[in-house]
Amino acid sequence: MKILVPVKRVIDYNVKPRVKADGTGVDLANVKMSMNPFDEIAVEEAIRLREKGVATEIVAVSIGVQKCQETLRTALAMGADRAILVLTEDAVEPLAVAKILKAIADEEQPGLVILGKQAIDDDSNQTGQMLAALLGWGQGTFASKVEVAGDTVTVTREVDGGAETVTLKTPAIVTTDLRLNEPRYASLPNIMKAKSKPMATRAPADYGVDTTPRLTTSKVVEPAKRVAGIKVPDVDTLVAKLKDMGVAA
Amino acid sequence: MKTLVWVEHDGGAVKDATLSAVTAASQIGEVHLLVAGQGVDAVAQAAAQIAGVGKVHVADDAAYAHALAENVAPLVVDLMGHHDAFVLPATTNGKNIAPRVAALMDVTQISDILSVEGDGTFTRPIYAGNAIATVKSSDAKLVITVRGTAFAKAAVSGGTGTVEAVATGGDKGLSTFVGAEIASSDRPELTSAKIIVSGGRALGSEEKFHELIDPLADKLGAGVGASRAAVDAGYAPNDYQVGQTGKIVAPEVYVAVGISGAIQHLAGMKDSKVIVAINKDEDAPIFQVADIGLVGDLFTLVPELTAKL
Repeated sequence: MKILVPVKRVIDYNVKPRVKADGTGVDLANVKMSMNPFDEIAVEEAIRLREKGVATEIVAVSIGVQKCQETLRTALAMGADRAILVLTEDAVEPLAVAKILKAIADEEQPGLVILGKQAIDDDSNQTGQMLAALLGWGQGTFASKVEVAGDTVTVTREVDGGAETVTLKTPAIVTTDLRLNEPRYASLPNIMKAKSKPMATRAPADYGVDTTPRLTTSKVVEPAKRVAGIKVPDVDTLVAKLKDMGVAA
Repeated sequence: MKTLVWVEHDGGAVKDATLSAVTAASQIGEVHLLVAGQGVDAVAQAAAQIAGVGKVHVADDAAYAHALAENVAPLVVDLMGHHDAFVLPATTNGKNIAPRVAALMDVTQISDILSVEGDGTFTRPIYAGNAIATVKSSDAKLVITVRGTAFAKAAVSGGTGTVEAVATGGDKGLSTFVGAEIASSDRPELTSAKIIVSGGRALGSEEKFHELIDPLADKLGAGVGASRAAVDAGYAPNDYQVGQTGKIVAPEVYVAVGISGAIQHLAGMKDSKVIVAINKDEDAPIFQVADIGLVGDLFTLVPELTAKL
C-alpha cells in the first residue's frame, strides 16, 4: 500500500520560544526550524512498514512557505520516495490542512496516512482526527504500536491510565505518539540522494481549499512568571516549610 | 447559548475532568450533558446531580462502550443541531473525539482552553505553554476542549438535571475495540491529586524509582509522576508522564526529584501552586520555577525527607 506522511516545519523543540513585544505572536525570525518531532516518528514508522514489505511507496507532504521543502528533503533523506509541497504564505489552520490532505488522499489513494499527534508550535492535536472525519476513515490516535495485516491495521494507543488497542479497516488514519519508535538519522549519502528525488509544488487553490483562518488571534502574551523561590540548606528546613504549608503533619 | 458537555466516565462514575469542563461550559452558556456508553444509567443519574446542569442526554448503546470516535462523533453532530457549543475535557478521549466532531460540522476546534473571556473568546497555551494566545472563532458553533487544571470543579451534588434518552446511531463499522491495559493504582489519580511526587532520570533505575519515590508519595498521600526521561528509560509506566506530551497537572504541591526541568516537562506542571525541587545540579532549570529548592544528592536526601515527615 501507499503511505502518505504529512510533515510540518516548526520551531526546533530545543529552542525556547520568545513572545514578540507587540503581542502579535512568537518571534520566528532567525530561529532554528526543524521537522516537528512527532512527524519524524511518522516518517520513521512509514519507512519501517516499507522495510517489512507492507508499504510500497511513501509520499511526504508539507503545507507552508518555500522553506518547507527543507523539511520535505529531510523526510526524503530518511527514506520517503517523493514529496508534495503545497506552497502558501498564509498560516494554515488544522481544518484547512485536513481539507488539503483530504484532496491529496483522494488523488493518491493511500492505504494509510500517518501523522504526528500534534505540532509543537500550535499544540492543537486536531489535524489527524479532522482528516479521518473528512475522509470517513477510522482513526488510531496516539499510537505506540502499529501492525498492518491484510486490510486491517491494529493500533495500540496511549490513553489516560494506560494503553488501549483498536483495529481499524484500511484505509485509515494513524497519529503517532512519542513511544512509537526512535526516528533514524539521515546519512550523508541519503541526504545527497534525497536531492534528486521528485518534489511536486502545488497551491491550496489547486485543491479548491480556502485557507482563510476561522480563528483570529487578538494577542499572544508570555505566561505569568513564577516568583523566584528560595533554596533551603537541608532536609529539616524543607520539612519545616512543608509543615508551614500544611502539607506534612 | 446552549452548551453540550462530553461526560468522561469509566462506565460507573463521572470522572473529575468532566467537572472542570462543566465549569468552563457554564461560563459560555446553559449546560447540557452527553453521557454515551453502554449500561450508563448510574453515570447519567450521577451526572444529573452535578450543580448547574440542565438536560442530560443519554446514549446507551454497545457502539459507544469504548467511546470510539468513529461512532460517537456522528451522535454528537446530531445533538449539535440544537446546541451552540460542544465542550470536552482535554483528556485523551476528549482530544480524540473533538476534532472529528468539528470537522464533520465544518468548524474549527479550540484546543485546551485556559479561560473563557466572553463573546466567543478564549485563551489557550501554545509553544508548550511558553505563550498564551487569545483567540476568537468566526464559526457559528464552537467545539472546545478544556484544560482541567485551569477551571475549578463543579460541585457533584445540588443539581437537578433531567435525564433524557437520545436516539443512537449504532456502529459505523470503521473501528473495533480490542482491549485495554489500564495501570492499577491505589494512589490518587495524577490529574486530580493535591500533591504529586515526580521522579526523573537521575533516579537511575526502576528499583530506585520505587524505593525512593513511592514511600515519599505514600507519606504525603501524593500521586506519583515522572519525567519523559524516566518513562523512556523504563523507570515508570508511560501514564505517569507529566509534560507537554503527557499529563498536564496543577496540584497544590509538586515535588520534582531528580528532574532537570526541560521546557516540555515544565509545560505540564508549572501551574502547580508550590513547586519543590530536589536536584544535585544547582544550575538545573527546575530551580528557576521552584518555590523551594534543595540542592544535593537525592539518594540521601529523599530517604531522609521521607523519614522526617
